[in-house]
Amino acid sequence: MNETLLEIVNLKVHFDTEDKRVTAVDDVSFTVNNGEIVGVVGESGCGKSVTSESILRLLDEKHTNYEGEIRFNGRNLLSLSPKKMREIRGNDIAMIFQDPMSSLNPVYTVGNQIQEALMLHQNLSKAEARMKAIEMLKLTGIPAPEKRIDEFPHQLSGGMRQRVMIAMALSCNPSLLIADEPTTALDVTTQSQILDLIKSLKDEFNMGTIIITHDLGIVAEICSKVVVMYLGQVIEEADVSSIFETPLHPYTQGLLKSIPHMEGNRNEKLYVIKGKVPTLNQVPPGCRFAPRCEFATEKCKVSAPILESYGERKIRCWNFKEIQESSIQVNRGETLNA
Amino acid sequence: MHDTDVILKINNLKTYFPVHSGIGQPKQFVKAVNDVSFELKKGETYGLVGESGCGKSTTGRSILRLIEPTDGEIIYQGKNINKISNKEMMPVRKGLQMVFQDPYSSLNPRKRVGTILEESLKIHNIGNKKERTEKVMEILNKVGFSSEHYYRFPHEFSGGQRQRVGLARALIMNPEVIICDEPVSALDVSIQSQVLNLLEDLQNEFDLTLLFISHDLSVVRHISNRIGVMYLGKLVEETTAEEIFQNPLHPYTKALLSAIPIADPSVKREKIKLKGEIPSPLNPPKGCVFQTRCPFALDICRQVEPTLTMKNENHKISCHLYD
Repeated sequence: MNETLLEIVNLKVHFDTEDKRVTAVDDVSFTVNNGEIVGVVGESGCGKSVTSESILRLLDEKHTNYEGEIRFNGRNLLSLSPKKMREIRGNDIAMIFQDPMSSLNPVYTVGNQIQEALMLHQNLSKAEARMKAIEMLKLTGIPAPEKRIDEFPHQLSGGMRQRVMIAMALSCNPSLLIADEPTTALDVTTQSQILDLIKSLKDEFNMGTIIITHDLGIVAEICSKVVVMYLGQVIEEADVSSIFETPLHPYTQGLLKSIPHMEGNRNEKLYVIKGKVPTLNQVPPGCRFAPRCEFATEKCKVSAPILESYGERKIRCWNFKEIQESSIQVNRGETLNA
Repeated sequence: MHDTDVILKINNLKTYFPVHSGIGQPKQFVKAVNDVSFELKKGETYGLVGESGCGKSTTGRSILRLIEPTDGEIIYQGKNINKISNKEMMPVRKGLQMVFQDPYSSLNPRKRVGTILEESLKIHNIGNKKERTEKVMEILNKVGFSSEHYYRFPHEFSGGQRQRVGLARALIMNPEVIICDEPVSALDVSIQSQVLNLLEDLQNEFDLTLLFISHDLSVVRHISNRIGVMYLGKLVEETTAEEIFQNPLHPYTKALLSAIPIADPSVKREKIKLKGEIPSPLNPPKGCVFQTRCPFALDICRQVEPTLTMKNENHKISCHLYD
């Protein structure tokens, strides 16, 4: 059950631009087990999508350089030939993209698109593939799948299209599913249906799942492990309840404080992380978060912290123990007052 | 509650879009906004929430007549501005401004930010060139920029900064009411909180009344005093921000609230699952608009359309379950 399925080891992704080399992902490591949902969170530009796309090697390899390893079932995906890689894509590892309208081909019926993967990877005949496609559509909760299978993407609503994407991704029984912002384009009621679906399918097939999102609510809802990224690096990794109860990294704390809470005091101002995410051309020399961090010391400005283990968790911060102690003191004060 | 407190009153607003269905066939209408009434009181923030396609943005745009409403009254400064001419509408627009959802496409990429902001002053013939430039610099400072930003182009700004330019553009006419159509939906969470805080500061400083349109209920709860929930072109529930979260009455509001993911894994809630999807507004269901998805639908819901009625002093609801 808890076997390691995917292991990303010190992954670096560099893009060569006209004048210089930009490192979008810098030393990212984490693992995904069978039957586990891992949430990768961070703001735009933190490298979460580049990380997921490099697992499937979807980036333009003419201008991309990889370092490190992505081990999947014991094989390093980064050293596989394009042909071997094609056998894995959509078969062992499947991906759901953010925008279902632009990821479906508008001139083919949804049935055609689901059958394509089945005929290619599983050597099914056309009739068998059609049966299987109907079965998959039914599984994702599309009513009247026998009719829907012959429809074109524009005839379906946003939620339906995302279900088609999921049906397509799951048709070959992948052992790893990567969902890149799977519900961002959807309404909340549809979002909750899709999240339930992903959760139940994970249980049924014991898939490992990576969910990439900026919405911490979704993470709390379905993930078991969380990886927080900032400017191309993993800055914290922990199980879901630890992240929300005792976030260690100042950035994680800031992210959690800046969302308006349902039970929060409405008259209180929202917390703001000062400054903005620097561009990849101007990566700070020390800790990447130091210019925006309220706890930053001189050390943080010059020397970059490494991702170190702390119990079951991982954290990239020089001062997290001191920060944690100072926040505990505040809590004690509160108890005393009460 | 005196009528003098009411700054903008919307009565039975209807916006229909005709659908061309071929020669000889009867003309059909998409009823995007179907008989919506509410009022904005001076200094408050009224949140309008609902899922995509429920008509919340069309409502906002119809109030400013960016989309011409089909019927209904929009009463501002004691006058129904729905049927007046464009010329008469000009001075009214000074008092009613709008902030748009997408900060990337709502600023002209070929103009400097200063020029964009000056444009509305120019149209309304306010001040001479020098005074206009001073006014723009002043507003830029109010939204947290320095004077040098006057000369920059929109592409030099980040998403959050562009949205602040959008706010500055709305503020420059000294409006009484600003309609904010999903102003923070395109922004990252840490930027979103900056813009929300700024909006609240500006509201206090300039005594603004806001109509805040959004699909994000936790944001709406944070910023609004009163909230209206829309479904398929209808207002189904309206009450104070506290009440709607503590004591939601309409089954749709309940389902909407229970569908929001909460950033706290220790909270376990009972969810109300909605089946299916929002019906086509071309063909709204008979009776209550929500009856096709409502887990509690009665026979009467399938026959008779409920009306928005007062449940108590500040709670209005449109549902047969509470008749």
